[in-house]
Amino acid sequence: MNVSATLFNLFAGIFAVLALASVVGAALKLRVASEAPNASIDNLNARLKAWWVMIGLIALAIWAGDLGVILLFGFISFQSLREFVSLTHTRRGDHRALIWSFYVFLPLQYILVANHWYGLFAILIPVYAFLLLPISASLGADTTRFLERAAKVQWGLMICVYCISHVPALLTLEIEGYAGANALLIVFLVLTVQSSDVFQYVWGKLLGKRKLAPAISPSKTLEGLIGGVVSATLVGAALWWITPFTPLQAGLIALLINIMGFFGGFVLSAIKRDRNVKDWGSMIEGHGGMLDRVDSISFSAPIFFHIVRYWWG
Amino acid sequence: MALERLVGSALCGAAKLITGARAIWRGCTPEVRQRVYFANHRSHADFVLLWASLPPRLRRRTRPVAGADYWLTSTLRSYMAERVFRGVLIDRTAARDEVDPVAMMSAALKGGDSLIIFPEGTRNLDDGLLPFKSGIYHLARANPGVELVPVWIENLGRVMPKGSFIPVPVLCSLTFGQPMEVQPEESKDDFLQRTRAALLALAPAED
Repeated sequence: MNVSATLFNLFAGIFAVLALASVVGAALKLRVASEAPNASIDNLNARLKAWWVMIGLIALAIWAGDLGVILLFGFISFQSLREFVSLTHTRRGDHRALIWSFYVFLPLQYILVANHWYGLFAILIPVYAFLLLPISASLGADTTRFLERAAKVQWGLMICVYCISHVPALLTLEIEGYAGANALLIVFLVLTVQSSDVFQYVWGKLLGKRKLAPAISPSKTLEGLIGGVVSATLVGAALWWITPFTPLQAGLIALLINIMGFFGGFVLSAIKRDRNVKDWGSMIEGHGGMLDRVDSISFSAPIFFHIVRYWWG
Repeated sequence: MALERLVGSALCGAAKLITGARAIWRGCTPEVRQRVYFANHRSHADFVLLWASLPPRLRRRTRPVAGADYWLTSTLRSYMAERVFRGVLIDRTAARDEVDPVAMMSAALKGGDSLIIFPEGTRNLDDGLLPFKSGIYHLARANPGVELVPVWIENLGRVMPKGSFIPVPVLCSLTFGQPMEVQPEESKDDFLQRTRAALLALAPAED
């Protein structure tokens, strides 16, 4: 398989879909909302604009090579962790633990990806950060809600750094007959899971009636969930040719990571509700924060990584 | 003057980049008019951030009120405080009959500028808000017609708490509340209570 040509065709296809969607968005704006502004249409157009930037950045990173991809996801982790820590309650005594998280564990995790050191990559945060950060926090000599605070820092690192770093870690897998093509696994994962988010949004808007869990996420409906996961699973199966999988395998894996992705968004929504906010941040217009965009990736990436590593790596 | 402005905007850019500061104008809009912004105080960077989050045309006419006993202790600090921020520097250690802070602040307002003040009078290292010092009341009495705008600065105390030198890149937000004025018959204590409550009301719910 010619990897460059495949990547080129893939991104040309994605940009074509995006261009079509943008034309539809502009037409809607012109016909429906030219007089009175319509919040849904404006939000749709803001989201589309942000998609151009996000997909453009991923294309650029893949074009720049492994280091580009690692840096991009390192930045995504950094921004997500910022949003996570900002919204959760930490105290002055946590300052040292946060310095360690941002300036040591986060960069180190991505350096381990760059150096293909799987052994330490897999345990750095679950073992070493897990033990060292509470020690550092205890030196702050503040025992108020200590367990809760230690757990929050660890959770932030797991979700935003450890889980997200499994996306660029796909580059380190050695798959027979697939050398040099690992970037396509990243495209498969990101495209499948993100399309699931988009399809859930679209099906929910079109057919959504039965609310799934209004207490956690008022916009999630059963129709949106089923329509989104089924559509995105078909997308995944249709992408089998860029992966080492058969069409059936690609479809099953897509189904699994879409379900994981859905619950990723669900779990992080529960945290947002508890904190009384709608979005994690305001970085990406129309979408909210970085963490709003990558919550589903965070939950699906490690599972996808281990499936590929166990059966194909 | 040009250099000061350049240093000022570079500093604002850096402060915003580090803190990710987001200004939320909830109770008013960023319009050019004379105001006293009063905010909670957790870190020395507080007024830099408040100053940075104002649009440039407002920033140029807004002066922070800060402690001379901190800002005049080194050449760099006094350059920043006097030339870049054009701060109104008040010696908090001097006796009351030597220095009249309210007169100094009123003089700055007479000059047409807006002010940034921290009515708690000192940095608060805990959560919540300390009781207000009476300065804000006397200032409001001496300058009728100047709007008092509460500004809640969230999270900056966590970027760089007292005694630490490495900032953590937590995201900050500044919420601007509804402008207030002192009522004709209002007592000092009532006014201090009311302004303090208005500022606290902008804080996100504590858990």
